[in-house]
Amino acid sequence: MSTKTYDAEIASRLIAEFDARPEMLIQVLHAFLERFGWISEAAIKQLADELNLSRADVHGVVSYYHDFRTSPPGLHVVKICQAESCQAMGSRELSTHAEKSLGLSMHTSNEALTLEPVYCLGNCACSPAVMVDGKTYGRVTAERFDDIVATLGEQR
Amino acid sequence: MPRPRIFVPRETAAISVGADDVAVEIARVAKQGANSVELVRNGSWGASWLEPLIEVEVDGRRIAYGNVGAADVAGLFAAGFLTGGPHDRRIGPIDEIPYLINQDRWTFWRCGLIDPLSLDDFRAHQGFNALEKAFAIGPDAVIDAVKASGLRGRGGAGFPAGIKWQTVAATESSQKYIACNADEGDSGTFSDRILMEGDPHGLIESMLIAGFAVGASRGYIYLRSEYPLARSILTRAIATARQAGWLGKNIQGSGFDFDIDLHIGAGSYVCGEETAMLESLEGKPGIVRYKPPLPAHEGLFGKPTVVNNVVTLASVPNIVNLGGEKYAGYGVDRSTGTLAFQLAGNIQRGGLVEKAFGITLRELINDFGGGTASGRAVKAVQVGGPLGAYLSPDQLDTPLDYEAFTEIGAMIGHGGIVVFDDSANMALQARFAMEFCAIESCGKCTPCRIGSTRGVEVIDRIIAGENPDANYDLLVELCDTMEDASLCAMGGMTPYPVRSVLQYFAEDFASAREADG
Repeated sequence: MSTKTYDAEIASRLIAEFDARPEMLIQVLHAFLERFGWISEAAIKQLADELNLSRADVHGVVSYYHDFRTSPPGLHVVKICQAESCQAMGSRELSTHAEKSLGLSMHTSNEALTLEPVYCLGNCACSPAVMVDGKTYGRVTAERFDDIVATLGEQR
Repeated sequence: MPRPRIFVPRETAAISVGADDVAVEIARVAKQGANSVELVRNGSWGASWLEPLIEVEVDGRRIAYGNVGAADVAGLFAAGFLTGGPHDRRIGPIDEIPYLINQDRWTFWRCGLIDPLSLDDFRAHQGFNALEKAFAIGPDAVIDAVKASGLRGRGGAGFPAGIKWQTVAATESSQKYIACNADEGDSGTFSDRILMEGDPHGLIESMLIAGFAVGASRGYIYLRSEYPLARSILTRAIATARQAGWLGKNIQGSGFDFDIDLHIGAGSYVCGEETAMLESLEGKPGIVRYKPPLPAHEGLFGKPTVVNNVVTLASVPNIVNLGGEKYAGYGVDRSTGTLAFQLAGNIQRGGLVEKAFGITLRELINDFGGGTASGRAVKAVQVGGPLGAYLSPDQLDTPLDYEAFTEIGAMIGHGGIVVFDDSANMALQARFAMEFCAIESCGKCTPCRIGSTRGVEVIDRIIAGENPDANYDLLVELCDTMEDASLCAMGGMTPYPVRSVLQYFAEDFASAREADG
């Protein structure tokens, strides 16, 4: 995880890539998320300073959007779609299975994994869908879910 | 002898069921057998139920093999699939698959056909012809064609696109914008994604035409963050177009300047609402604005802005090429043209079906979709996303037409069709509608912010059997308040699915209690 430690210099460089334009705040936050994994208090302060916004402005954006997590995630992020199309194909049962087999409830993390709900991955003709570390999986049965998670274990 | 061309889609649904692994395996097995093949990563045809759907070109004809897994590849080579040989997975020529040839492909015709990242392939398939024609006939004639087509906003609101364009064109301003809404958040929808992944230059051309028609020099695509592959494909397509002089200053010597920025959303459903999207594009929380002013007068950064959905925009090039009247020849009454319906949920043959308005749900679900995936009876169908009503089986003969749907208290929205079989409990779906609204409400107006949370509580009481009659009345009253007093469709239409459950599936409240123990 050391490469993901917050670094003010790297942060400054990321902000500069967007010409420090305040209207690019959401895009800069995505860049922070990709680089550091989460949005820390230090990040919020630096963003406010360098984009010439108040900390309240930045905090308002960070807290409004689901994507911008404010605590460190696990090594891998597992998102299970909870929207209607996936519900029609058993996502409630799949979520229960995932919570049980991972020993996590939705919106919680351990060192290895973060488990989150997501509302539609746009893969609705292959429901239910799951996203792991940004990769979408379709037609996910409980068995296939276990297989996907098992491959993550090998990568650890 | 030219190398055989093999097509393996680089598209989210195909990859989600193993297309990348298939591509890697094809390259490996080909090399092992000293076969030289050309692997093309095309977009998807939209027959998602057949994914991974790979094709091999034999004598100029593309032969399809469906539901191919990496484990099938060696066997396919052994069966001579490079020459279209027989195999369990073989479907036949792609241009003979009924699911595809029975569609009206006006907007999605290049999806699946071409290599999305090849500008040459795009150009070879009429790419930029419509833009060149637009330059020749001038902005007014383009707007006239869009008006004549009767094209209405495909994001869900169904507002006539030509009127919107005319309004922006007529508004004086030193700066105007085209804002493409690619925040496709409705469950059951993926048509924007299939288009962006399968024909990204088609969207770029569409935005160029819109910009030229209204006098805008800058375009934004607001893409949801749940679509990382579309992001990467669009990023590359925009760069390629810029490099080839199709974006930037003085495009192809026309004197017209236009460029596109790709912005990524951050997981907020309500940002699909046009004014919330504009706020988000400005880097702020996605909180809806009061209207008026309309975005066409004061939109992005206070400037006149065309806000159109991906599919709305992408329908325009062929309207310019073939004429608005031709497009208006499809469909029924005021629902002209085609819509990319998306068959999802519990359906045997899910995918994208672009079809003229007027087809019935039953035809789509049975003839194209083949009924439920589970083989059980259809219990309910939600059309138009999480804010759309749940229709009962006896409503399936309603023609898909904006006005006909309004009449039955439903909406077509973005064309998503989610099928539920008879194992579903609709009271839980009504509860979810309120719960989703509570999670996603932007919080600006009280009926939506508070009403949704109270809605979940009231439904829980009905399910628990606490004063069910009184709470039922209270829920209806709450739906009235949300519908009448919310600022946008989020709170204003969340009552649609709830009411439909009360009306058609009321007995499910009691069965939800029993299931709960």
